[in-house]
Amino acid sequence: MAEAKQVARPLSPHLQIYRPQMTSFSSIMTRITGNGIIVGVLLLVWWLLAAATSPDYFNFVNAIATSWFGDLVFTLSLLGLWYHYLAGIRHLIFDTGKYMDIKSAEMLGWISTIGSVVLTILTLIIIHL
Amino acid sequence: MRYLTDRKRAVGKGASGTGTEHHWWMSASAVALAFMIPTWLYIVGTTLGADQRTVISTFSQPFVAILTALIAVIGMRHFAKGTEIWIEDYVHGTAGKALKIAMHSLAYVIMATTLYALGKMVFIGLLMGN
Repeated sequence: MAEAKQVARPLSPHLQIYRPQMTSFSSIMTRITGNGIIVGVLLLVWWLLAAATSPDYFNFVNAIATSWFGDLVFTLSLLGLWYHYLAGIRHLIFDTGKYMDIKSAEMLGWISTIGSVVLTILTLIIIHL
Repeated sequence: MRYLTDRKRAVGKGASGTGTEHHWWMSASAVALAFMIPTWLYIVGTTLGADQRTVISTFSQPFVAILTALIAVIGMRHFAKGTEIWIEDYVHGTAGKALKIAMHSLAYVIMATTLYALGKMVFIGLLMGN
């Protein structure tokens, strides 16, 4: 038996040359959105704490929460939340053993992606009515 | 003498060491959150931007207070256990353990802060005569 020789093999998958796929995109996005929402949660909880503290403190935090920065954080969090929501349901469906073939999995990925944008716009419309 | 056989002790544990416990917990909490999130989003969305008095009277209502408390507890546990997945993939060894502890701690701090703010607003709400 020849001595085992260490070969410098390329690591897989090569992200630079790997064609983007709906299945990998949706997997990565589920992680990013799940973790990213925490930014919106932090701002919201700070706002709740301020409301329970004092008028001065509330005015200070409320000004940030309702500024363009607050709007940006909450809108992106809303988009992230709806994506994570739909992608989570997609995984609950996968857990039943259904829609596991590539075509169906990709279709559910597209539904999550487009659906999250639709639900975000819908939510913004409903809460501003 | 061990009464459990090696096989019996290994069954269901797999590479994670805890079997399917983590996956099952994430699925169960996801279902709970899926039922609660839409209503809660509507309440938060319509209260955001209101004056302090309205915010307090909204969050001191029994339904809103209980719903927000449930979201805070289940949501933050779901977040903390969810972060474990990417940490296990990208950060290993002591750094990975430290990051997991940090994420769990952050989640607990947010959870406790929310419950404190809610409790205080419920008391203020009672004083305001809700």
